[in-house]
Amino acid sequence: MAEAASTHPLPATAPAAARMRWLVAPLLALAATLAALSFGRYPLPPWETVRFLFAAAGFVSMEPERYALLHNLIVEIRLPRVLAAILVGASLSVSGAAYQALFRNPLVSPGLLGVLAGASAGAALGILLDGHWLLVQAGAFVMGLAAVGIGVGIAHLFGGGSIIMLVLGGILSGALFTSLLTMVKYLADPYSQLPAIVYWLMGSLGQAGIGDMAWAAPPMLAGILLLCLMGRALDALSMGDDEARALGVPVTAVRLTAIAVATLISALTVSIAGMIGWIGLVVPHIARLLVGPGNARLLPAAASLGAAFLLFADGLARNLFAAELPIGIVTELLGIPVFLLVLHRVRRGWT
Amino acid sequence: MSIAARDIHFAYHGRPVLAGASLALAAGERVCLLGANGAGKSTLLRILLGLQRPDRGSVTVDGTALAGWHRRQLARRVAYVPQVHVAPFPYTVRQVALMGRLPATGLLKAPGAADRACVGDILEHLGIAHLAERAYTEISGGERQLTLIARALAQEALLLVMDEPLAGLDYGNQVRLLERLEGLTGEGYGVLMTTHDPNQPLTGSQRVALLIDGRIAADGHPHEVLTPEAIHRLYGVRVELLHTADGRRLAFRPAGRRAAC
Repeated sequence: MAEAASTHPLPATAPAAARMRWLVAPLLALAATLAALSFGRYPLPPWETVRFLFAAAGFVSMEPERYALLHNLIVEIRLPRVLAAILVGASLSVSGAAYQALFRNPLVSPGLLGVLAGASAGAALGILLDGHWLLVQAGAFVMGLAAVGIGVGIAHLFGGGSIIMLVLGGILSGALFTSLLTMVKYLADPYSQLPAIVYWLMGSLGQAGIGDMAWAAPPMLAGILLLCLMGRALDALSMGDDEARALGVPVTAVRLTAIAVATLISALTVSIAGMIGWIGLVVPHIARLLVGPGNARLLPAAASLGAAFLLFADGLARNLFAAELPIGIVTELLGIPVFLLVLHRVRRGWT
Repeated sequence: MSIAARDIHFAYHGRPVLAGASLALAAGERVCLLGANGAGKSTLLRILLGLQRPDRGSVTVDGTALAGWHRRQLARRVAYVPQVHVAPFPYTVRQVALMGRLPATGLLKAPGAADRACVGDILEHLGIAHLAERAYTEISGGERQLTLIARALAQEALLLVMDEPLAGLDYGNQVRLLERLEGLTGEGYGVLMTTHDPNQPLTGSQRVALLIDGRIAADGHPHEVLTPEAIHRLYGVRVELLHTADGRRLAFRPAGRRAAC
């Protein structure tokens, strides 16, 4: 009775607070975007950025020379990179959250089925063969998809596509492409190609031009939205295949669709920015603290938080030292303490 | 409303598990399925639910073969209540129960006010409304079982198929859950459950079915079905049936055992 009495006031207040909490992640993302557009080698006050954005939309007027300067700075120099950070951060985070639900394991990250290993090997192969930026991107994308295809194929050939066989298939295909990457590194010219491969694998948002973003943004946005729509199905799936089927969910179709979409957008992140680790694992946990485990809210929150997190990490990478740090290193250095901070709350659901 | 499996054959990796099993459940009935470990009780439930395709035999719901049902429609007739488990994520009790609205809303539509009200009423009805905002991972086994039942009721299904609902519950929770299930039967729900304790259906269930050697060896009132001989065929142990002073059947007890134990 005492327990019932002490928990009773909670339902009245907790949902009201939770209802407002979903706003936190999008607001953070918005603030981070504004900050990323303003700060840099030539810092702008954030209101100046806002004034420029309003001017660009036609709401206010601005002196032409000033407008031209800001247009060059904000739209041509900073925007592609900011867009890349938003899309890459959101893609990796939403894929990570979806994978965690799909595989019923909060320690899973988007690389589980080998997409990152495959994409790295593909990019390295591109550098070895030619070094042209387009070939590197295409190599990363195609081999990222191929790695997951092989992993899922193994699972369906030998185990009917059960979770444990998918994980095993992912391990095998990841190992295959990791050894392929090592072989490419071994064959690469140690003075020019090998450093290029190594730096590329550390990740960078600086390579993405507005042209790259123009072709990569639509599929990434569509993929993020599609995964966000699958929240309720993923909730049911995370309770177990039988239960989800008994609730009328087409389990295999949902699982393969989610894997395909998450793989597509994860492979695109590697194409644009190289390997960026830890975001896909850490951000879903922070989002879960914020909005709870229900995937219908968690996936959009993870997408916004991932964008904010990567914008913040990229800000550090650009501004902390005179030379730019590789973004992959920053996300790891930033992600580990953040993960430890949320660990004591996150562990609640673990057994 | 009814579900019926007829002449089900099923082999697992070449080893026959079910060989001509037939079992039916109608709304308003409570049926208890008894069988030894590995006898195929869970397999039979999974086949009834359409989660496993039998090698031979048919399953019909309201006279229509399972293949003719759309999954979502089926989920509004027959609900699955699994053995109590631990979810990987700390969904609240309300969130778990709301998953039962999936067949009604579809995968893309968020549950509306009517769905929330329906789930609120069910939690109230099952006496777990005070747990609604608690994490499913942090409540007791008995409370989790009630949460899974709430989810099944939220499906609006009249037939509940329950796998070992009493497993892992303490004695008090077992008694309370059985009373709850009896209440549901009275309200018109049909309940099919598996159990390991032959004493439990002795006094409660309306029907008992025995799964022996892949077939339903007996199916009927507990008085006719549950005899010491039947227990021996089921589990390979000798038992005696104890009666109360006024001659009512009370419990099975291993035969030849001293009362001191």
